[in-house]
Amino acid sequence: MADYKWPDAQKRVHIGKRISRIDGPDKVSGKAKYTFDINRPGMLFGKIVRSPYAHAKIVSIDITEAQKMPGVAAVKIIQGPGTEIQWAGDELVAIAAVDEHKAEDAARAVKIVYERLPHLVHDEDISKVPAEKINRAADGVTGDPDKAFSEAKTTIEGTYGNAIITHCCLESHGQIAEWTDAQNVLLHPSTQSVSSVGGQLAQSLKIPANNVRVKMDHIGGGFGSKFQIDRWGVECANLSKLAQNKPVKMMLERDAELTVAGSRPSIYAKVKVGADANGKIVAWQSEAWGTGGQGGFGTLPMPYVFTGIPNQRRRQMTVATNTGPSRAWRAPNHPQVALITMAALDDLAAELKMDALDFFIKNIEMTGVRANVYRDELLKGAELIEWKKNWHPRGQGTGTVRKGLGLSIHTWGGTPHASDCDVTIQPDGSVEVKLGTQDLGTGTRTVLNIIAAETFGLPLDAVKVMIGDNRYSPSGSSGGSTTVGGISSSSRRASVDALNQLLEKVAPTLQAKPEELEAAGGKIQVAANPAKSVTWKQACASLGSQPITARGKQPGQGTLATGGVGGIQMAQVSVDMETGIVKMDKIVAVQDCGLVIDLKTAESQVYGAMIMGTCYALYEERIMDGATGKVLNPNMEFYKLAGIGDIGQMQVHMMTGPGHDERGVIGLGEPPTISPGAAIANAVANAIGVRVPTIPMTPDKVLAALAGKGGANARV
Amino acid sequence: MSSSEDRPGKPDSGFSRRSFLKGTGLAISVPMVGGISVVNVDGAEVKVYGPGKVPVSLNINGAIKTANVEPRTTLLDTLRNELDLTGAKRVCDRGTCGACTVLVDGKAAYSCSLLAVDVQGRKIATVESLAQGGKLHPVQQAFVDNDAQQCGFCTPGFVMACKAFLDKNPNPTPEQVKRGLGGNLCRCGTYVGVRAAVAQAAAQPSTRRGGKRNG
Repeated sequence: MADYKWPDAQKRVHIGKRISRIDGPDKVSGKAKYTFDINRPGMLFGKIVRSPYAHAKIVSIDITEAQKMPGVAAVKIIQGPGTEIQWAGDELVAIAAVDEHKAEDAARAVKIVYERLPHLVHDEDISKVPAEKINRAADGVTGDPDKAFSEAKTTIEGTYGNAIITHCCLESHGQIAEWTDAQNVLLHPSTQSVSSVGGQLAQSLKIPANNVRVKMDHIGGGFGSKFQIDRWGVECANLSKLAQNKPVKMMLERDAELTVAGSRPSIYAKVKVGADANGKIVAWQSEAWGTGGQGGFGTLPMPYVFTGIPNQRRRQMTVATNTGPSRAWRAPNHPQVALITMAALDDLAAELKMDALDFFIKNIEMTGVRANVYRDELLKGAELIEWKKNWHPRGQGTGTVRKGLGLSIHTWGGTPHASDCDVTIQPDGSVEVKLGTQDLGTGTRTVLNIIAAETFGLPLDAVKVMIGDNRYSPSGSSGGSTTVGGISSSSRRASVDALNQLLEKVAPTLQAKPEELEAAGGKIQVAANPAKSVTWKQACASLGSQPITARGKQPGQGTLATGGVGGIQMAQVSVDMETGIVKMDKIVAVQDCGLVIDLKTAESQVYGAMIMGTCYALYEERIMDGATGKVLNPNMEFYKLAGIGDIGQMQVHMMTGPGHDERGVIGLGEPPTISPGAAIANAVANAIGVRVPTIPMTPDKVLAALAGKGGANARV
Repeated sequence: MSSSEDRPGKPDSGFSRRSFLKGTGLAISVPMVGGISVVNVDGAEVKVYGPGKVPVSLNINGAIKTANVEPRTTLLDTLRNELDLTGAKRVCDRGTCGACTVLVDGKAAYSCSLLAVDVQGRKIATVESLAQGGKLHPVQQAFVDNDAQQCGFCTPGFVMACKAFLDKNPNPTPEQVKRGLGGNLCRCGTYVGVRAAVAQAAAQPSTRRGGKRNG
């Protein structure tokens, strides 16, 4: 039985090095074809007529004029008369035409009569939400919070929260669907689930799952919003059928992308937290609410990370609003709950007149099993940002522009998903790695390449990586930081098995037992006597005409990937007390993630997460209009993202090497995106002396907090 | 605006709002081929395109490309949907994010905010033209080396913006980078890599030569 483990550190040629992503040259030269870029022969363009009202009943829909317009190939009612629409932007009619202009003209010609109904689109102020819109989830109590609060030396109370943000994938959601005959569909989706999205479509179309062929080479962002086929995917295939099986391309317009294609639930909470005379946290109480549109958002991990606070009372409510549905957003719920928890604890530290770093370390045992990791990371982060030199008690800065420091702690699972991988060695020595995964820009292709090349002792360019096709062996959806563990395990097992088969063939030539051989430096050699060797090509020639294909599986024998990481981030900001503008000076991340396969793309994940975090801490927010029920900023000039000039200095420190490598591969996409909001919010409080209670910390909120002095919550 | 070579001596850009506003009145239009007509505006003959599809002739990456598009069609959509040049991406579609950046007469331009009929006769360069003889342009190579990309959807536009920026500012200061590249947005968060890529490309002799050429 093969021994599945990672090569020893001193033997690694590619693993853990800084390697440029292998699809980088295609991406920088415009050669990389994303779904949005695919043009099929005779392709039609699809558009959707959307509800302009947040809550309405459909009285009638007249598509006759649209159907008659030149160039229109198909018109289909998605939700007909009698339907109650629950958010503006919901899909009503689908249209396919020869070009986008014709489809848009036809969309304007559809006549819909609505009966408008009252809507609710805001949840910030829970006292203004009608009781019937509030769904109370189960409450939780640990210990005796009332007694603990009565005995606490110091107690603070505050309201904290997060505005709704969207995924804002640069490649909008959408697909090209075409019936290749009466029973088969070819689908080019923009998906995080190459292996499963075809089955979803097949179910809706009532055809066998294997009648849907899925192909996707590149995806322009997902962040948790692209797991499903979506209604527009199904309707795109329906339009193709109606239009004599012609391919139909339907990519969401930017306003639809920001209105209906995914959002991160708002989470607000009234928090009370108390400490004893020694600065130890003794009690926590939180009443949290938020909205994910009509749906909920699961159980909140509140209090975040400091789960060992001995006495707790937790309450959670969901507000049903007439807004576009939420979807998983990179580390679902964690960033919001981190903001609430770390801000409350930081306020408690300030009330105790303690240095926040000392306070967090003093209470670090309450974080449980990873307490030592967090302590190490906090000390490392403090060194990188020169915490002791730069920290000052809250609000003790002077002048117009004031600096502040803040920190946050986070955790994530990142255990591997299920994955099957096929590795083929051809008699001519070429190597192919094949599986139905997808590369979201995280570097999945590159990781697969590195692992196969490492296992076979070959240079990187000797391996061909093939992904993005549901005819390849199935691999899990890319969500929750589960991909790198899954695909690195399955590809390593497949590569080891394929190599062992090759070694069996070569052993007689080298007059050695297979287990005495190793692959290194482009050769198969006797491990104890490397002079006894054949080149990789010579070895593969011994296969005759029959290639070797081995399938590796995750889960499987041996532990190549695990889960459970901790990380910390520390931010330094400058705040202009007159304008309320917050500028990022520096942010540092110290992140644990087990064995790193490609240090370069791993660091990119962390940098990217800190930049995304800077966006949601300071700029981005889906703003709803109470009067019309519409999103006011479904575009990129008013849905604000950070630009290259907004991010300040950034530093990433990965916890790698002995003590970390042994844990195997662990996913990294989510964890570093959790802490930035909290770290930046705490830095702002440290700078200006009062809490800006909700993020994004736009200038108006900063000024409102300053005017209130006590941190009155202007928008809550 | 420069005149195009294929129509020497004539106003090249057809109908524009400025010439319309200047005009005291329109004379009777004279139909031309393919949905283009000529009207007299304030004594000058200008072309009116459409309605309906009209032929456009575009100088793209050094070659003349023709297409039939409605006058309301953007350069971006013409590149992507008619000419299968899909390096420039459609993201915001209204001149904010820079994913559609191409060079027009050597300057960075948002191709989503230009009409195809309006850029006839201008020299348009798309990201597909940067690599020469299979070798990446120094800016492209710098993006690869510094991992200035993740999903890569903003990358072609960012590469073109960097190229135009470095042509104009061969040795940029960090402050110039902030302002000069502020017109391109990335969602994955690749700005740290982009900053490093700009620094690497600025240090390349071939990039600097490009800069001198453009002053």
